[in-house]
Amino acid sequence: MEIGAYSFGDSQLNADGSLRSTTEAIQNLFAAIKHADDVGLDYFGVGEHHTTTMPASSPGAMIAAAAAATTQIKLGSAASIIGTDDPVRIFQQFATADAISGGGRVEITAGRGSSVETFPLFGHSLEEYDDLYAQKLELLMTINDSETENVTWSGTVRPSLDDLAVVPRPASGKLPIWLATGGNASSSARAGQLGLPVSYGIIGGAPHRFAPLTELYRRSGAAAGHKPEALKVSVGALGFVAPTKAEALERFYPGWHNLNVEMGRLRGWPAPDKRAYLAQADAPGAYYVGSPDEVAERIAHLHGYLGHMRHFLQMDIGGIPQEQLLESITLLATEVKPRVERLLAQK
Amino acid sequence: MDIGAQEHVATRGTIGILGAGRVGTAIARLAIAAGYQVKIATSKPAADNALIIEIVTPGAEAVNAHEAAEADIVVVAVPLHKYKSVGAETLAGKTVIDAMNYWSVTDGDIADFEVDERTSSEVVAAHLAESKLVKSFNHIGYHEMEPDALPFSTADRRALAVAGDHQGAKDQVAAFIDALGFDVVDAGALAAGKNYEPGTDVFNGRFSAEELYAKLHGNLISA
Ligand SMILES: NC(=O)c1ccc[n+]([C@@H]2O[C@H](COP(=O)([O-])OP(=O)(O)OC[C@H]3O[C@@H](n4cnc5c(N)ncnc54)[C@H](OP(=O)(O)O)[C@@H]3O)[C@@H](O)[C@H]2O)c1
Repeated sequence: MEIGAYSFGDSQLNADGSLRSTTEAIQNLFAAIKHADDVGLDYFGVGEHHTTTMPASSPGAMIAAAAAATTQIKLGSAASIIGTDDPVRIFQQFATADAISGGGRVEITAGRGSSVETFPLFGHSLEEYDDLYAQKLELLMTINDSETENVTWSGTVRPSLDDLAVVPRPASGKLPIWLATGGNASSSARAGQLGLPVSYGIIGGAPHRFAPLTELYRRSGAAAGHKPEALKVSVGALGFVAPTKAEALERFYPGWHNLNVEMGRLRGWPAPDKRAYLAQADAPGAYYVGSPDEVAERIAHLHGYLGHMRHFLQMDIGGIPQEQLLESITLLATEVKPRVERLLAQK
Repeated sequence: MDIGAQEHVATRGTIGILGAGRVGTAIARLAIAAGYQVKIATSKPAADNALIIEIVTPGAEAVNAHEAAEADIVVVAVPLHKYKSVGAETLAGKTVIDAMNYWSVTDGDIADFEVDERTSSEVVAAHLAESKLVKSFNHIGYHEMEPDALPFSTADRRALAVAGDHQGAKDQVAAFIDALGFDVVDAGALAAGKNYEPGTDVFNGRFSAEELYAKLHGNLISA
């Protein structure tokens, strides 16, 4: 099982609660990825997010920089919002980062995004939401699956490509392309039909309730003739690791609170409730907050339901101090991962 | 969870659900557990959804939209910006539950819902002009529906609000919600649904019937 992290960037807070710079947030994220590589984490996912509190807007740029500064960690977007971006450009940026990484460490995760902020930002119409997503995913796969540099594609949401070169090619011929979904059944079926690995973003509720979706995914994939090895599942969720559960709960809470206050303002949610936080942080809730033993136990337990091959956590939200983030990353790599492996080997 | 025993199968009615997304499938599983016959449709042909329904809502039947519309109660749980793609003629005369919300963060600004002060359900009701619309299930997260459902008369059972202009339809929906595992609080006319739209205290909060009643009717007085 691969253990990883993902981040949308996390602007730090001053003592008076005001936001520090987005520049610093990007520098912190870069440092966190290098640190994750040093301590042996398997995967780091980046953005895409476009707010002052979470400014990791450009996964391609960050991953290219990280590819040059790391040696073993896999790097991916989490996720690239493809409906409002150009798949040709995304592919070129990630193939470039792949070359810099030495080859084989860079992945794309294609998603819809949980809000619509990229539509006004990049000048797209929400009326085309479904078409933009479907066609751009198809274009991205067409480029990736192309046997040669030259690609031909036509659609309505973007100018056609008539035998045009899209370079560079990835070192190993293709990049892994994952499909991100938040739990809509038809997205799982679609990922299976396309034979793409699927990445579940689980932000609330009991993660083991995703079991029918993974079954749907695998059966849809098998029905479309895809091999079981191609049908991989990963899970991204909120979480935090500290030496003890009490410390983990205490460290993660202020950031969780801040994030929920901000989201509540935008989305009309009520004031965040600490009881809800504590409930989600206990099995079978959605947050993987605890000591290495507890987090490992919960990941292994979920594996019994989903059979996932990668579990990665978003730890830096709402201005979590950088040193606490780095410690959580260290514990994930050096304490949680070996425990998960031991637990899975016992099964 | 074991709500509604098998002997209800013959006595409960048929529920049609438009939308096999997060909300539609969660309501479907609860309705099946409560002994209803459940028919689910999307904008796609039934056959496209057969595997989804078999695995995600076992016991329900994948149908075409017009067949789902023949049920005793029809739940509309499609993305709000697609509300006009729901066929109004097929739902004429029906009791219809509007589970949809206008959430500009995820829906973007939709002109139809920005022009005046009407609630999203009143706009939907203008489209489904011949149906008896009841606004409900809007203020509970899809992932909370199954864990929070409890048998009748359990202490502190979570309550859901209903709002509508047709008392008979509201009673019918109230009985359905109760069978699924929630208490019911009558919020008043369809327009009173504004008291549990996004941005209100009630939206996404978890309340017992007594608490919800106080919230809704307190809001009405101060409004
Ligand atoms: N998520 C929540 O926790 C929650 C809670 C309460 C209320 N709500 C509200 O409930 C509504 C649905 O949300 P969701 O999260 O369930 O959405 P979702 O997961 O995106 O699912 C929407 C479903 O509607 C189907 N659909 C689209 N057009 C249709 C049509 N004309 N007839 C029948 N089916 C159609 C879609 O399938 P095809 O596109 O394949 O047709 C899909 O199965 C939204 O308005 C939301 O605001 C959400």
